[in-house]
Amino acid sequence: MNASLQTTYTFETIIGLEVHVQLKTKTKLFCRCETTFGAAPNTQVCPVCLGMPGALPVMNERAIELAIRTGLALDCSIPPMTKWDRKQYFYPDLPKGYQISQFDLPICADGFLEVVDPANEEAMCRVGIIRAHLEEDAGKSIHDEASGSGDSRIDLNRCGTPLLEIVTQPDMRSAAQAKAFLTELKLLLTHLDVSDCEMQEGSLRVDANVNLRIDVDGQWAITPIVEIKNMNSFRAVERAILYEIGRQYIAWEETGATIENNPKVTRGWDDDREQTFAQREKEASADYRYFPDPDLLPIRIPVEQVDAAREALGELPAQVRSRLQTQYGIKAYDADVIVNQGTAMITYFETAAEVSGDGKRTSSWLLQDVMRTIKEEGLEITKFPVSAISLGDLLHRVSSNKLDNARARDVFAHMLKNHGTVEASIEALGIEAVDSSELETLCQELIDANPQIVADLRGGKQQAIGSLLGQAKKRNPNANIQLVRETLLKMVEQ
Amino acid sequence: MPPRLTGFHDTNLTLSTNAMPVDPSIPLDSASELIRLQASGDLTAVQITQASLDSIRRTQPSINAYTHVAEDSALAKAAEVDRRRAAGESLGVLAGVPVAVKDVLCTRDMPTTCSSKMLQNFRPPYDATVVGKLRAADAVIVGKTNMDEFAMGASTENSAFGVTRNPWNETYTPGGSSGGAAATIAAGSVPLSLGTDTGGSIRQPAAFCGITGLKPTYGRVSRYGLIAFASSLDQVGPMGWSVQDTALLMQVIGGHEVRDSTSLNLANEDYVSATKATDLKGVRIGVLRDAIDHDGLDDEVRSAVKAAIEVFKDAGASIVDVSLKHSSYGVPTYYVIAPCEASSNLSRYDGAHYGHRSQSADATKSLVSMYCRSRDEGFGPEVKRRIMVGTYALSTGYFDAYYLKALKARRLIRDDYDAAFESVDLLLGPVTPSPAFRLGEKLDDPIQMYLCDLFTVGANLAGVPAISIPGGLSVDGLPIGIQLQAPPLREVSLLRSAACFQANTDHHTKRPSR
Repeated sequence: MNASLQTTYTFETIIGLEVHVQLKTKTKLFCRCETTFGAAPNTQVCPVCLGMPGALPVMNERAIELAIRTGLALDCSIPPMTKWDRKQYFYPDLPKGYQISQFDLPICADGFLEVVDPANEEAMCRVGIIRAHLEEDAGKSIHDEASGSGDSRIDLNRCGTPLLEIVTQPDMRSAAQAKAFLTELKLLLTHLDVSDCEMQEGSLRVDANVNLRIDVDGQWAITPIVEIKNMNSFRAVERAILYEIGRQYIAWEETGATIENNPKVTRGWDDDREQTFAQREKEASADYRYFPDPDLLPIRIPVEQVDAAREALGELPAQVRSRLQTQYGIKAYDADVIVNQGTAMITYFETAAEVSGDGKRTSSWLLQDVMRTIKEEGLEITKFPVSAISLGDLLHRVSSNKLDNARARDVFAHMLKNHGTVEASIEALGIEAVDSSELETLCQELIDANPQIVADLRGGKQQAIGSLLGQAKKRNPNANIQLVRETLLKMVEQ
Repeated sequence: MPPRLTGFHDTNLTLSTNAMPVDPSIPLDSASELIRLQASGDLTAVQITQASLDSIRRTQPSINAYTHVAEDSALAKAAEVDRRRAAGESLGVLAGVPVAVKDVLCTRDMPTTCSSKMLQNFRPPYDATVVGKLRAADAVIVGKTNMDEFAMGASTENSAFGVTRNPWNETYTPGGSSGGAAATIAAGSVPLSLGTDTGGSIRQPAAFCGITGLKPTYGRVSRYGLIAFASSLDQVGPMGWSVQDTALLMQVIGGHEVRDSTSLNLANEDYVSATKATDLKGVRIGVLRDAIDHDGLDDEVRSAVKAAIEVFKDAGASIVDVSLKHSSYGVPTYYVIAPCEASSNLSRYDGAHYGHRSQSADATKSLVSMYCRSRDEGFGPEVKRRIMVGTYALSTGYFDAYYLKALKARRLIRDDYDAAFESVDLLLGPVTPSPAFRLGEKLDDPIQMYLCDLFTVGANLAGVPAISIPGGLSVDGLPIGIQLQAPPLREVSLLRSAACFQANTDHHTKRPSR
């Protein structure tokens, strides 16, 4: 829709995101029930998360730690005191009639995350983080419309699962930027090991607030804010925003409706029809009647705890990217690709590069041979048949001219299949080291046997060497062709 | 056919009628005596339990102290105690002692209704912590006692299962909300019961029924399994005739618990030993002058408090006048905070998961009408009133003016207590403005009913421990209560002084004539 959008006026897109992230705790936020995904309905529940009369919540300290870690990585401030509030509304998947959340004192506030602007690889786009607060998840309502009975079923397994809701400033200006932000956020959160960030499993959920600022001859016309829900992939987020941009522009042209006279509305994303649709509001201008939860004590966060968490943060993805470039001399693009694959890939690269002593060659092999295989075979780097040390070993041999690229690829393919060491694969393939005297003998034989080609070479016909190299390969498959070439040229010139 | 008993919500529940007259040699008014007589071999737990159940059977039709009587499980427990005693096994401190439990505390093996139609058929899958502690102490739980619905009220008239009557005079209320818990003791059926106190719900019925009732420091007793009315104010406490018995039960139920975040991480103290004191030398008692001079205070109550002052003085305590400057804000502060929390705590009763769900045609139309109809049918008028007040006070635009203002007032009230306790060890005053009032007398006037809490809400708002002890009878033969309040965690000093008072008076030995 956007691609074909013809606009009379130029406009700017304003996007803010609300991201719900399920924290990677063993147990729920206020009880000891497990949070494993995919269990049979209503099997991971207890009186506390079922909201039974008389049951009381007890805070999971681990969730606090993970929230602090995330906040620090997003450059947020962590207050010395925070608290729990009740957000009240009626819904069958909310058994207490309120959700324990954080209202006016979120655990993380006022941070940012920098991402590369997809429209300009050189520019960084800084997305402000307004706040990140902890809350318990609700259950799932499953509306059985297919049976025609209109029955609704409720699975309360998810009730009480810890969520961190991250709210950004409306700092993104394109759907691509929003996608880039989400990609970087997911990378950061998985790097920190605070969340699995699986959108399909609901451990990362995104709502996007979108509107347009249209330049009408120097006057801004601002369209009503639309909150888009039900997006189940980053790609869907991107497409939903693109769709919404076009829809809002056309709607503005048709109705002239602006933010001044229209409240925020919610629209759902229909992935199949590739469009947003108006959603019925849960409760018109809901009053959640937030108040401090009297069952829970305020949370004091000692400055020492924050300092220790900061200390333990380690290197963040952005820092790894720049270090890989300086330490291993690889390109920004290569560093980006490696880091974006996650910590396991970074470790693999660094190990292989240390062993090979050749960062550039290692990143080149990683991006091509290794990642292609991973993609084709649907593997994970942690289960890759060629260990980082073996790859490093192999590439070290290439760099020190013990193997040429072609033979190295044979060895790599053999290791992929047979899981052996470099040494074993070389042996199995019958590759033998050829010493320099053998090489010189071979070259002398070729020169002696091909006087015409030698004459052509001396006459400046460089391409004539190909024939000699082909013969060399036949006579001794183990000969390093690069070395043969160098030796031949040297001998011809003499 | 055994007669069906009025006031029982559980229509399957009947009591066997082959009731024997209560053996006067079984002292159902003293837990310590029952313990002693079992140890000496003079009584068995089964005999005691049988006597207790007989008494309940006789008094239930008129007093209606119970929502559920657990005859079979009580007798089974008693038999177990006797068997274990005979086998020389170790037993808990309340072995073979019949105890009644207010129906706001969860019991795995009995209905837990909060005297509400909403929870009429509700059986929790777990025991409240205090109930578990009773079981561990080998107490015999005889049943669940009637109360104002969801503990909201001061007369036990707001029960979906009928009013409870005062054993001293059945035309009077026993007070509330722990009216059944107080009345069953006054009726002579059990020596001990568990109540809960949010704004006076242990102390006021204790005063009206001539018994002793302790509201511990907020956080002393686990609230796990106590069905919440107002979470920041609710506290479970013991009730009995004497301070000694009350302390004995406090010993069993007190202590830290990890499942309640507001439970204080402190070891239980020796409450029982504290009740052996006989003089109060060096104890400074502050008399709440404003309460004694209050216009709304009944003259007979005033006289009883003044008489109590003399008793304490004679026991060696020094007496000074003190004043809690913001005490007049107690009731209004309480009646904002408590309904706010209640409106939230009672949101879970929506008919979706458990409890009453409306079967009316209207309720099947939509989710919202199911909610509305279920709540309309399930809750009584006082509960609805408080939900509405609380919902209003927490709404956008009113939150600051009501809820936040009330929190500030609560802080001032707490500060008053802190200031007072800098110069005195205890505060002395009335429990209630008057002795028990007649059934129906205040039913149509919620404000008059709320003013019953005038002298009791302060301890809840400040979180301090307070005790109600018998201080004599009115000319109409109705009990009058005396209240002592202590600084947070000073239950020991509270019990010590209260025990000393009882050592020098016989008010707690008076029994209703039946």
